[in-house]
Amino acid sequence: MTGTARELLAVDNVTKAYPGVVANSDVSFSISEGEIHALLGENGAGKSTLVKMIYGLVKPDSGTMRFRGQAYQPAEPKAARATGVAMVFQHFSLFEALNVAENVALGMESPPPMRELSGRIRSVSEEYGLPLDPDRMVGDLSAGERQRVEIIRCLLQNPKLLIMDEPTSVLTPQEVDILFKTLRQLSAEGTAILYISHKLEEIRTLCDEATILRRGKVVATCTPRDRSAREMAELMVGATLTPPARAALPKGDIALQVTGLSVASPIPFGTSLKDINFSVARGEVLGIAGVAGNGQDELLLALSGELRTAASTIQIDGQPLGAAGPNQRRAAGLVAAPEERLGHAAAPDMSLVENALLSAAIRRKLVRGGFIDWDATRSFAADIVADFDVRTPGTHVAARALSGGNLQKFVVGRELLQSPAVIVINQPTWGVDAAAAAAIRQAILDRAALGAAVVVISQDLDELLEIADNFAALNEGRLTRPRPVEGLTIDEIGLMMGGAHGMEVAHHGH
Amino acid sequence: MLRLEKRPSPSAFWQWATPVLAVVLTMIAGGIMFALLGKNPVEAIRTIFWDPLFNEQFAAYSRPQLLVKAGPLILIAVGLSLGFRAGIWNIGAEGQYIMGALFGAGVGLALYPVETRWVFPLMVVAGIFGGWLWAMIPAILKTRFNTNEILVSLLLVYVAQNVLASMSLGLLRNPEGGGFPGSRNLGQIPAMANPELIPGTGMHWGVIAAFMVVIAAYILLQRHILGFQIKLAGQAPRAARFAGVNPQRLVLLCMGISGALAGAAGLFEVTGPSGQISIDFNVGYGFTAIIVAFLGRLNPIGILLAGLLMALTYIGGELASFMLGLPAAAIQAFQGMLLFFLLAVDLLTNFRIRFGTRKEAL
Repeated sequence: MTGTARELLAVDNVTKAYPGVVANSDVSFSISEGEIHALLGENGAGKSTLVKMIYGLVKPDSGTMRFRGQAYQPAEPKAARATGVAMVFQHFSLFEALNVAENVALGMESPPPMRELSGRIRSVSEEYGLPLDPDRMVGDLSAGERQRVEIIRCLLQNPKLLIMDEPTSVLTPQEVDILFKTLRQLSAEGTAILYISHKLEEIRTLCDEATILRRGKVVATCTPRDRSAREMAELMVGATLTPPARAALPKGDIALQVTGLSVASPIPFGTSLKDINFSVARGEVLGIAGVAGNGQDELLLALSGELRTAASTIQIDGQPLGAAGPNQRRAAGLVAAPEERLGHAAAPDMSLVENALLSAAIRRKLVRGGFIDWDATRSFAADIVADFDVRTPGTHVAARALSGGNLQKFVVGRELLQSPAVIVINQPTWGVDAAAAAAIRQAILDRAALGAAVVVISQDLDELLEIADNFAALNEGRLTRPRPVEGLTIDEIGLMMGGAHGMEVAHHGH
Repeated sequence: MLRLEKRPSPSAFWQWATPVLAVVLTMIAGGIMFALLGKNPVEAIRTIFWDPLFNEQFAAYSRPQLLVKAGPLILIAVGLSLGFRAGIWNIGAEGQYIMGALFGAGVGLALYPVETRWVFPLMVVAGIFGGWLWAMIPAILKTRFNTNEILVSLLLVYVAQNVLASMSLGLLRNPEGGGFPGSRNLGQIPAMANPELIPGTGMHWGVIAAFMVVIAAYILLQRHILGFQIKLAGQAPRAARFAGVNPQRLVLLCMGISGALAGAAGLFEVTGPSGQISIDFNVGYGFTAIIVAFLGRLNPIGILLAGLLMALTYIGGELASFMLGLPAAAIQAFQGMLLFFLLAVDLLTNFRIRFGTRKEAL
């Protein structure tokens, strides 16, 4: 926001097609020096492909790019970095068993000696209000701190353009504020930022300009401050959105009771659960917030039965099932949808039919006397595809052939269509486009209305506030006492989530 | 320029066409190698693939050998393939094969000279038990102490070989054998023999068992929940746990099945084609079966065909070295080529080959 309108990067009529899908079609937009530019779009709209082309990971089929007026066609990320383009990915590529400085060195073309590098990390982190100790092990860092490692790695290269892919999905509200201060400071110094997100309010507070993509095409360019979030969402989706309908329902009996759940994490550098207590009644939705890596995965494993504890810690409809495996819990009425779709909730190379069998064999009675009823399984898979609008050529295709959002719809649909008594979902709408996310939330609420007890674990606060009756937060493996969502302020929520992880002092003096 | 492009889902056509293509490529490359060795390539290939089955002079001897050799390979490979699909690597089928033969022969010889019909079935059960027991050692060590089953099962082969030597020199030695190592010839004791059932075919009980196991494994993998769990555990271990598969139970089960089948193969061999326990009883079926399992795509029907093909290259290879004076190393290289091409063209199942470069951005 330096006010100079000098063009930094111009993308002109870029097209990129993959077999069966045109990811980008005649996309054009430009970023000025120091501008914070939002790239907005649903999942599968072509945002990732576009930034991959700018970062040199993918070559466009046609079209041109210019960087400071010069023709720009990076053959590989190295070339992009040499030009001055840096990128912070949504998924970090860090080695947990190495310290911060070593991780930063691994991402550099010619790293300086370690001591000098540590010094530079310190000075950059202080300059930009991102405190980070170069000697700490990455495995011990929170997700927000890990993101800082990635950002600092980029900043050490003095980028002219910094690409950030969904950076706030792993941050608490306070950490988001700190990140935004850093980004504004960078922008003031003349670094342009290409900011990818689907969180519209963030874009309205942070970004100068926005390019909205839908199905690979630019559908609009706007100044986010002048538009309402709803207007932008509707541009993004191309349809009018309705928030999920929620009827105030009388609560039923306790369907899920968790008492004194403590269990060590089976995941390396994972977070152990410490004395977790809560209960969910039929018809109730409990939202569990928390920054990634605070025990969400472990909580899901402990509830689904993949991680076992003493029988009395988990009661499903009054039955003590803490020591039971996943299938016994399914028989008792609990279904679960893990966060990681490919490899955990679904087998990547198996067909949708086989994936339908994966978790529904018990409740849908798809197995008789040990033998699989493939006809019934096929029709169940077809039901999921139809009811949850899963876009796929058929149920015979492998799970990995589906886009993330479609697979998520399939996984959530598979669990919700089992007439469950208890539903546990981790990140129900992660990576799903706005329309599909709304459909998934509505489906969850519908199940709750039918008398299911629902636990939604999510890092999307807006989502939780929209669908949950009660709200709790996970912080370093501990769960806060659930509180009714009504009347909660965003500050209170932030404090429940553990504040800014020692970052309160971050922007002093700036 | 040649480029590879990942297919959205594996190609069903290439899954079946790659083995055929691999055989063709092996014939071409092998033919070139034979030509460089100064042999007529067409004749050499014909001697390996055609003569064992259809040459009037040799077929009478070599045709039955096809089933005799393919039988144990298929029986063992099907068992191994279940574990391999689940990511459980039993490399010690050779040892389980030996132990099956020892247990079965031991029970039979302990009952000698009882002459009733149930001696042979009892020996089969003992053979299966012996192989199962030997496979349980790495299985339990893995589930209990998280040891590596590859290493343990492999090392147990050498233990089994020493047990075999000790048995043929000691406990199971033929008391009427004039002090020579080796047991009584079980093939000549009617109650214990596993004879050729149809003369001139090589068909014995072990071959019948192999065919039955192929069918059973096919049904298991296609229709039974256990087969689904095995595939799931191999492809996506975390999804398998989510689906309620108990990984430890699967290790015990897969190791147990492959051990039992290897043991059965050993028993059928010692009572049939081999006839007796001797120091050099084992000839490597347990190891070759690993190749057969992969050659057959870990698919029961594929293994059936791969076992027959493997047996054919062995018999044909022997014939070629005998008839044409091809060095044994050339035959082994030829068999190696088969495996190499199979793995190489396997790429086509998951990838598409595209020619030419993409248009660069202008």
